[in-house]
Amino acid sequence: MARLLLDFTLPLRAFDLELSLAVERTVALVGPSGAGKTSVLRVVAGLAQPSRGRVAFDGEDWTGLPPERRRVGFVFQDYALFPHLSVRANIAYAGAIDDLLERLDITPLADALPGELSGGERQRVALARALARKPDVLLLDEPLAALDAHTKSQVRSELSELLRTLGLPTLLVTHDYEDAASLADEVGVLVDGRLRQLASPAELVAQPADAFVASFTGANLLHGTARASEDLTEVRLEGGERVFSTDSGEGAVGVVVYPWEVSVARAHEDDSALNVLRGEIGSVVEIGNRVRVRIGPVTAEVTASSAARLDLARGGVAYATFKATGTRLVPL
Amino acid sequence: MMRRALVALGAFIALGFLALPIVAIFARVSPAKLVAQLSNPIVTNALVVSLKTTVIAQALILVFGTPAAYALARSFRGRGLLVTLVELPLVLPPAVAGIGLLAAFGRFGLLHTSVAFTQTAVILAVAFVSSPLYVRAAIAAFETVDPNLVAASRTLGAGPVKTFFRIELPLARSGLVAGEALAFARSLGEFGATIMFAGSLPKVTQTLPLAVYSAFDVNFDVALAIGALLVVISAALLIALKWLASSSTSRFPFALSTSS
Repeated sequence: MARLLLDFTLPLRAFDLELSLAVERTVALVGPSGAGKTSVLRVVAGLAQPSRGRVAFDGEDWTGLPPERRRVGFVFQDYALFPHLSVRANIAYAGAIDDLLERLDITPLADALPGELSGGERQRVALARALARKPDVLLLDEPLAALDAHTKSQVRSELSELLRTLGLPTLLVTHDYEDAASLADEVGVLVDGRLRQLASPAELVAQPADAFVASFTGANLLHGTARASEDLTEVRLEGGERVFSTDSGEGAVGVVVYPWEVSVARAHEDDSALNVLRGEIGSVVEIGNRVRVRIGPVTAEVTASSAARLDLARGGVAYATFKATGTRLVPL
Repeated sequence: MMRRALVALGAFIALGFLALPIVAIFARVSPAKLVAQLSNPIVTNALVVSLKTTVIAQALILVFGTPAAYALARSFRGRGLLVTLVELPLVLPPAVAGIGLLAAFGRFGLLHTSVAFTQTAVILAVAFVSSPLYVRAAIAAFETVDPNLVAASRTLGAGPVKTFFRIELPLARSGLVAGEALAFARSLGEFGATIMFAGSLPKVTQTLPLAVYSAFDVNFDVALAIGALLVVISAALLIALKWLASSSTSRFPFALSTSS
């Protein structure tokens, strides 16, 4: 598979953005606002010129090429649809429309102007337009930020599906770790222009490189399939375990559990009100006076003293428990 | 009650004051008289000079003013100074503009040209005085184009030229049209700089406003008729401008949407 390689320095107002990164599948850059996330996309697109380094796609050097000569599909945060052109003309601006209207389910909107569309519709038009460019690389700037909560969960699952089908090297930036974890294979935490850590979403929660990453990456995201079960929702996780949530959901979902909602025991306490996951202790990481413990698929956060009392060590077996009310379900 | 009466009185006086000279002109010039004056050579000659010089000046203003405004719409060091320079002719007394043009282009001027008192001088005077109106409006119009749309166009495979003609120009269009209409109106009415730099030679440099001034000594009725003609042309221009501004929601060829 083709790879996008970045290794550059871009001086920004408050700091230098320095990044070295290989994008093969979907990489999400997360970080607080002002961390330089959008600037990374601008460098890849050729809209900003780094002072040092290079951008290359599949062995082809893109450094110094103007934006129109790089094959990137850039979806801007506010979508940047041309307000004076119809949906159809917006897409045709980039290239042949082909089946894009049908694929993104926007055929009825073809003759509308962008000003007449909802946020979710605009996003699909922006995606269609970026794809009409026949891009080698997809760049998404805060793809879900401009959407209201209800639209967001639906768009997130559609987008996740679309990215999987396209199979393009994709670089997306977001300030929301949950969005990053649900859309990307790898998540990089960018703070003040530096990449603090780059890892899979699960690794990031289990073994945060520093306190900032720990606080930023907050939640566990467990993949599974949901179905209604009495007044709760039952989710069968990919590993076969079953957990319950008070949130409603159907089909492929992500179960969001914060590490501080998870408690750790060495023996199985029989309490039907709790979700219990038995697993091997994968890692034990100290962050100040707290300790993050990876147990099977889930990461728990306990105080340093209870970690000592429980005598947690890699390779041992432990039980992670959390309440159904301590979970949230996000569609995937 | 009292307050409403005062407001009504103030409005009545202001509107009356603005309308009175116009009403007075048409009170003295009946439509029949106006049409009759259209065959008077003083009037027709001035009309031809005015239209020719104004149209050529507008072409120059558009051709040179548009790229200038586009360049000044970006931020760079010294931009404020250049914009002030562009705006200066707006606040200069027309007589100063005229003397300045003579000092630059006169026979004994800086450039030693012989354009003074020719039709070219009329065009230069008109362009000097009215182009800032267009350039200022055009700078503002280009500034309102979202830089993200320009960036988007580039990433979608369009070079700078296609981006300018397909995105920036159509989006700045209503501002450009408004600025150009103001410049046109100002050109048509130019008086002070023209009379100093180009003189008032019938058939050569005597425009409609200059003809009003020169006829007013000889035949007040002719002066009034030309005045009426200028009122009609200016009003038509104003109405056309308002119509253009309100119909800018139509989609083609340079459509602008009402929302963004």
